[in-house]
Amino acid sequence: MLRGIDLTVRPGEVVALLGANGSGKSTTVKSVIGSVPLDDGDLELFGTPYGRFRAWQRIGYVPQRTTAASGVPATVREVVSTGRLTQHRLLPFRRRDREAVDRALAAVGMLERAGDGVANLSGGQHQRVLIARALVARPDLLIMDEPMAGVDVDSQQVLADILRREVERGCAVLLVLHELGPLEPLIDRAVVLRDGCVAHDGPPPKGVGQHALPGHDHVHPHADDHRTSQGLLA
Amino acid sequence: MIEMLQYDFMQRALIAAVLVGVTAPAVGIYLVQRRQALMGDGIGHVALTGVGLGFLFQTSPVWMAVLVCVLGAIVMELVRSRGNQRGDIALAMLFYGGMACGKLLVSVSAQAGSGSLESYLWGSILTVSPGDLTVIAALAAVVIAVTLGLRRQLFAICQDEEFARVTGLPVRLLNLLLAVMAAVTVTVAMRVVGLLLVSALMVVPVAAAQQLTRSFAATQAAAVALGVTVAVLGVAGSYQADLPSGPSIVLLAIAAFALLSAAATPLARRRHRAAADTGPAVCDVALPEQRTTATASGADGGAARAEDPSTSPGLAQ
Repeated sequence: MLRGIDLTVRPGEVVALLGANGSGKSTTVKSVIGSVPLDDGDLELFGTPYGRFRAWQRIGYVPQRTTAASGVPATVREVVSTGRLTQHRLLPFRRRDREAVDRALAAVGMLERAGDGVANLSGGQHQRVLIARALVARPDLLIMDEPMAGVDVDSQQVLADILRREVERGCAVLLVLHELGPLEPLIDRAVVLRDGCVAHDGPPPKGVGQHALPGHDHVHPHADDHRTSQGLLA
Repeated sequence: MIEMLQYDFMQRALIAAVLVGVTAPAVGIYLVQRRQALMGDGIGHVALTGVGLGFLFQTSPVWMAVLVCVLGAIVMELVRSRGNQRGDIALAMLFYGGMACGKLLVSVSAQAGSGSLESYLWGSILTVSPGDLTVIAALAAVVIAVTLGLRRQLFAICQDEEFARVTGLPVRLLNLLLAVMAAVTVTVAMRVVGLLLVSALMVVPVAAAQQLTRSFAATQAAAVALGVTVAVLGVAGSYQADLPSGPSIVLLAIAAFALLSAAATPLARRRHRAAADTGPAVCDVALPEQRTTATASGADGGAARAEDPSTSPGLAQ
């Protein structure tokens, strides 16, 4: 549960939400995208109250990667194309939609894997596909939930480079992270949550022990906590 | 083989078989994608109440079944979207209540003997009347229009519902639409394969097709092609050998599944080998203490930031 979180992400800013499991990071992000309803308080997206917000193409959402495969095979291109639905809606998928998908796939370096099944990808490749899906619509705000979870070190660097390019383009980023890792140089502001409250809001905390080491990968048994809490809240 | 086409009832049976062969997998693929493969079975149980009501009020059992199925499917969708822990109990009540209610209604209605209930349970494609065929064709046209016309939207909500909501899709509306389409498909297929086997034609062609495919679009196309093939062969075979059509169609579909899985095993093995990760098999990820993440600021700065030897292998989970 979240208590008294007052958080504003400004244009072009990279904000990291940090904190232990169960501190409310994912819940915060899910309430921003409307998956978890607010009991109380206000939510504004790009200055519009949540209830009247329609410009969803301005938000690119990268959910926490799950290993659960869907029941039917799908290719990388098919998954990424769902990010374009905001633009073409009920119209047929045209050439410029296809080009937008190609561009997003190229941005994450997955264009040559476009025809492959998503079930055969590694953790890092899968994460890149999810980012491409969010980038298709050229969002002004990227919301990412644990983008580094289960991603190997090389891919983490690739992800950091992708993110840097998006930030240079002027995109704001709200990230849920376990540790800063290779993304540290990009982050303007860190918000540390503890028990659903803001414990720190300011420059990223320096030197957080071995959690901040490059290559330190937070895949540990507690990862399950997230899944159960999502199920109950969603 | 050709002379059976001279009979009107066989022409109707074959047209109905083609329509069911197209619609059932076209809807079923979304249910399979969302791991709701048995939803069609549940709707089939509920449909029985509709058939019973049709008998009782002396109206068309098909239209009554459409009505009851749509209501049942909407209830099922609401239970699913709530994510209720006891949702499966609620669904059990719905399924068995629907089935029991149907049998009870049929037995109190004066019109029908047990023989005609049997024809809804197991299908009796050879007794499809011209009126039945018109209804089946109209309903099938709606189902095909929705499942193919909105395939990108339906794919998106079944692939990742949360992401679909953030792209601004009317997720709840699309979910209800899919549930209604599944309900309509059950009633379309009711005369051909019977309520007890309806779900098989929604699921088995999809399961068989995806043994060989990698994309969703190809799976859908192959599943529909397979559905039409087994439905037509099943009807023709049941005419030739005097067997009930529903079970023949379903067993043919399962045979196709077995055949394609056997063919796919060496293929998948080769694909798996090609995709295998060649990274180191060493795992020395240190488990950190929970509570101290990012809050123990100032512990040790730059020194700890040097090259970390404990590179975790890619797919640690």
